[in-house]
Amino acid sequence: MALDQETLEQLLSTVRRFVSQRLMPLEAQVDEEDRIPPTVVSEMRELGLFGLTIPQAYGGLGLNTEEECRVIMEIGLTSPAFRSVFGTNNGIGSQGIVMDGTEEQKNHYLPLLASGDVIGSFALTEPDVGSDSGAVKTKAVKEGDHYVLNGTKRYTTNASSAQLFTVFARTDASEPGARGVSAFLVDANTPGIVLSEPYKKMGQKGAHVCDVTFDDCRVPQANIIGGPDRLNKGFETAMKTLDRGRIHIAALSVGCARRLIDTSVTYAVERKQFGKPIAEFQLLQGMIADSQAECYAAECMVIDAARRRDAGLPATMQASCCKLFATEMVGKVADRAVQIHGGAGYMEEYAVSRFYRDVRLFRIYEGTSQIQQSIIARNLIRAAR
Amino acid sequence: MKVLVPIKRVVDYNVKVRPKSDGSDADLANLKMSINPFCEIAVEEAVRLREKGAVTEIVAVSIGMQQSQEQLRTALALGADRAILISTDLAVEPLAIAKCLKALMDSEKPDIVLLGKQAIDGDNNQTGQMLGAFTGYAQGTFASELTLEDGRAVVKREVDGGLQTVSLELPAIVTSDLRLNEPRYASLPNIMKAKRKPLDTMTPEELGVDVSPRTQLINVRLPAERVAGIIVEDVATLVDKLKNEAKVIS
Ligand SMILES: Cc1cc2nc3c(=O)[nH]c(=O)nc-3n(C[C@H](O)[C@H](O)[C@H](O)COP(=O)(O)OP(=O)(O)OC[C@H]3O[C@@H](n4cnc5c(N)ncnc54)[C@H](O)[C@@H]3O)c2cc1C
Repeated sequence: MALDQETLEQLLSTVRRFVSQRLMPLEAQVDEEDRIPPTVVSEMRELGLFGLTIPQAYGGLGLNTEEECRVIMEIGLTSPAFRSVFGTNNGIGSQGIVMDGTEEQKNHYLPLLASGDVIGSFALTEPDVGSDSGAVKTKAVKEGDHYVLNGTKRYTTNASSAQLFTVFARTDASEPGARGVSAFLVDANTPGIVLSEPYKKMGQKGAHVCDVTFDDCRVPQANIIGGPDRLNKGFETAMKTLDRGRIHIAALSVGCARRLIDTSVTYAVERKQFGKPIAEFQLLQGMIADSQAECYAAECMVIDAARRRDAGLPATMQASCCKLFATEMVGKVADRAVQIHGGAGYMEEYAVSRFYRDVRLFRIYEGTSQIQQSIIARNLIRAAR
Repeated sequence: MKVLVPIKRVVDYNVKVRPKSDGSDADLANLKMSINPFCEIAVEEAVRLREKGAVTEIVAVSIGMQQSQEQLRTALALGADRAILISTDLAVEPLAIAKCLKALMDSEKPDIVLLGKQAIDGDNNQTGQMLGAFTGYAQGTFASELTLEDGRAVVKREVDGGLQTVSLELPAIVTSDLRLNEPRYASLPNIMKAKRKPLDTMTPEELGVDVSPRTQLINVRLPAERVAGIIVEDVATLVDKLKNEAKVIS
């Protein structure tokens, strides 16, 4: 059920205040130390940020897609690494259970994910399986009432802090495509799980990604998302979670773009060259205006796609349009922000240089821009045939 | 033990307020409004006392326009149990607020009324003291620490030149200073639950209080712009300028 305007406004202003008072002052430190202080993570738990999208019946806030997007646009005003702390619990790490889980799985896992007591992580990508994610090679072989998992997952966000993995593994060896893949809920304590060292990333320092290897990991068959009835339907689950996740990433891009524009305009008004503020040069005004117009366009797309999804209308193509447009948009906005800052924009001590690195990721994960283009075109072409 | 926490809707402290162009009042149109920070501290203190088990019920009350409901919801989200709006479109003054609170106390019978020491809009710093006078209860203003022991309220007060500790017989009136506590963020689940907590509305008339203003606002204008200072050569020039230009010493 949608929130009334007043409650939503209170929610947003609380998040806004938390972002500006608690998170923004820590941005440089987090980037420098590649670590988010545990006290801040506790504060995020107390605030309820881990359960935004988890239904109220299971201890979350049960926000609809539009409300979630509005919250995430606020969160986007600060370093996206902070969002990453609770991003998986609200997205790919929990939505599979929300959408396709058994009642037992929901009752057991969702309250733990909503409170943030358990961090969920999503393990789909593999060394040889990226954009072609249906080609999963990790194997799950049945032994009695268990499955034995073997394989390696790559670039798994939050793996090092996760207690729960959603792992995609091939349960039908005779089927090489997406229809032979199941989704397993795997306890991080299961013997046979080995984590690699965290990767050294270009940006989003403080958010950690590593490889996860499953070496003869025994997982009860009851841990297939949706139970044994949903054997070989895991990829379907993955794709369903991605619709909402893509709109979420687009909303995050809008938030980051707002911050970049705001920072750039403030700088342009203060910085003087040729005897006047650089904001008075029309060539700079052009950059500022283009950034704002594109950011606003993305915001409108996000809200429209979110509303479509909330109304139960098909939104896969719209979600891809949002992800494609908004993530490319924030890339351009970040580039202009650096340009507006001149040499200072290239220096670590300015937030725009950090954001420039941070937002680069948005065009890559949860489906690259090229994959979004393919989805959009495929939908249109299919309709024309 | 029951605590009554009066709260006021004010312009958010981050907003820069300007006078209306005709100088008749401050221009508050479309500005972000919030709970007065000192009132927020009072709510937080009440919630902490309840968490310690010293308090069982927290009632938030606001006197003002209908939209003050938003700030009452904030108080409910922070932990108040129920809220009361005494609704009026008149610009209420400390005297009127104190009279309403006194009338409300007759039916609510709180053990402590915990107010902010002042509101950041009018900076009057009067309501708590006036309420003390109307009720005849002990008052501990500018509290930087509040403890309840043996049926008394012990208040550490911030006074000129240091801290003063007073022990008040209950019921008592306490007003919060800035350092009493640092208010928490209302959690998102609690913001949503606040909507389901009771919020009653009544009018000053129902309480038998006349809230019509006793003062008249004549003019609001910005302070004169400061002009750039100068560096004087020596003390003698400084003294001379203070005497003959600024005329602040003779
Ligand atoms: C920081 C970070 C965090 C991540 N977190 C997770 C996570 O938590 N869980 C998880 O499972 N994965 C995660 N990933 C993996 C991410 O989803 C993949 O990197 C992404 O899907 C792309 O796959 P790839 O890296 O193998 O690139 P590839 O698929 O090898 O793509 C390389 C290039 O080829 C293009 N390309 C590929 N196929 C096509 C095609 N059909 N048409 C046109 N162009 C094509 C791509 O667009 C890209 O430009 C993360 C990645 C990063 C960098």
